Amino acid sequence: MQDINIKITDRNGVTHDVVAPTDMAMNLMEVVRSYELAEEGTIGVCGGMAMCASCQCYVKSDHELPEMTDDEDAMLAEAFNVEDNSRLGCQIQMTPEIDGLEVELAPES
Amino acid sequence: MITTDILIIGAGPTGLFTVFEAGLLKLKCHLIDALAQPGGQCSEIYPKKPIYDIPAYPEILAGDLTHKLMEQIKQFEPGFTLGERADTVEKQEDGTFIVTTNKGTKHHAKIVAIAGGLGSFEPRKPLIPNLVDFEDKGVEYIIKEPELYRDKKVVISGGGDSALDWAIFLSDVASEVTLIHRRNEFRGALDSVEKVQELKNLGKINLITPAEVKGIIGEGKVTGVAVEKKGEEPFIIDTDHFIPLFGLSPKLGPIANWGLEIEKNAIKVNNALDYQTNVPGIYAIGDVNTYPGKLKLILCGFHEATLMCQSAYKRIFPDKKYVMKYTTVGGVEGFDGTKKEAPKAVVKAIE
Repeated sequence: MQDINIKITDRNGVTHDVVAPTDMAMNLMEVVRSYELAEEGTIGVCGGMAMCASCQCYVKSDHELPEMTDDEDAMLAEAFNVEDNSRLGCQIQMTPEIDGLEVELAPES
Repeated sequence: MITTDILIIGAGPTGLFTVFEAGLLKLKCHLIDALAQPGGQCSEIYPKKPIYDIPAYPEILAGDLTHKLMEQIKQFEPGFTLGERADTVEKQEDGTFIVTTNKGTKHHAKIVAIAGGLGSFEPRKPLIPNLVDFEDKGVEYIIKEPELYRDKKVVISGGGDSALDWAIFLSDVASEVTLIHRRNEFRGALDSVEKVQELKNLGKINLITPAEVKGIIGEGKVTGVAVEKKGEEPFIIDTDHFIPLFGLSPKLGPIANWGLEIEKNAIKVNNALDYQTNVPGIYAIGDVNTYPGKLKLILCGFHEATLMCQSAYKRIFPDKKYVMKYTTVGGVEGFDGTKKEAPKAVVKAIE
């Protein structure tokens, strides 16, 4: 078991250094919720099914992330404020490989 | 005026199960939901997804859970006000409530149970600067009356099922249908994607991808939209209507102004007793409430609904004696005259 460090910039522009476990099958959206970095009810609305884009974030570091599934890709195609580095937080699993990841939460929409 | 004992706001799993528990206590229920069908998120967002933590169902599809609940509450004849959002509540002198929807439908009830989940589903609006200026002046987020588009020019944007389905449907109604999506790929059911392809080949749907609507053109009403195709100069399409279909997202909405204590986008309740809010007679159950240790699970909503109904009964009949009875013992007596009960044991001598 190994904890990893992640830098998350919230919707107010404040950056938080957080520690996330890699053995609890957690994803980035859940890490944000566990640290209450976004208001409850404004993130993870669909629960993590890649069906709402409320956990959209911009990946700032050059970590190699797992490829997007068709679900995630399609959801981002319908989301707002999408950039080239947009991902859905609920589809990014906490693994040792992404230690040091830096992300910024997309605006609420 | 619709009258009932318990007015339930939200027809998701928790709201639906409330009808059953209330029915056992001979209390009548009426439900209001902003969506056009019962089931809440289970029907609207993920009807085909499995749920694994409904007790005694190792696996059940969210849509099937809704159907089963509807079947379970049928004999208690719940009333429904669907496609309307509960907007205001007024407490009467006698302690009862009048709840009015956005369409003016009034409901009079002794008890209000808010089972509103994450809130009422509102259309997601694309970020087009002057979009709101044209709402109901050619911009519609929900198609309520297809005849409105008869022999009109229509531009639809979006890449999911509703964009595809309405493009197909309106291709027979409107004089011209244009479908615009940011990608070449669509997310809808395969049949719908193929049908749109066919209609495009026949020239009945004008498909523009990958592209985005960036602005609305018109004086007081929509006369066109500005479209940007990746790497090309923006151009204008003449149209009478622009229908952005980007799905729905839940918003707590007017309930937030009902004088209830709100914390973390949820309604604070007394979880030591009966899930009542700070306004006596108004309860909040399921995902919409919060208390220490709250879990937003369907099974927790069922439990909360059950305790809430017992409390509602005591509030309505403060002097009436009652103890909870097992359904196996008491059976289920419907308001429709039906009765379900355990079969009696057969007593017969063996010769």
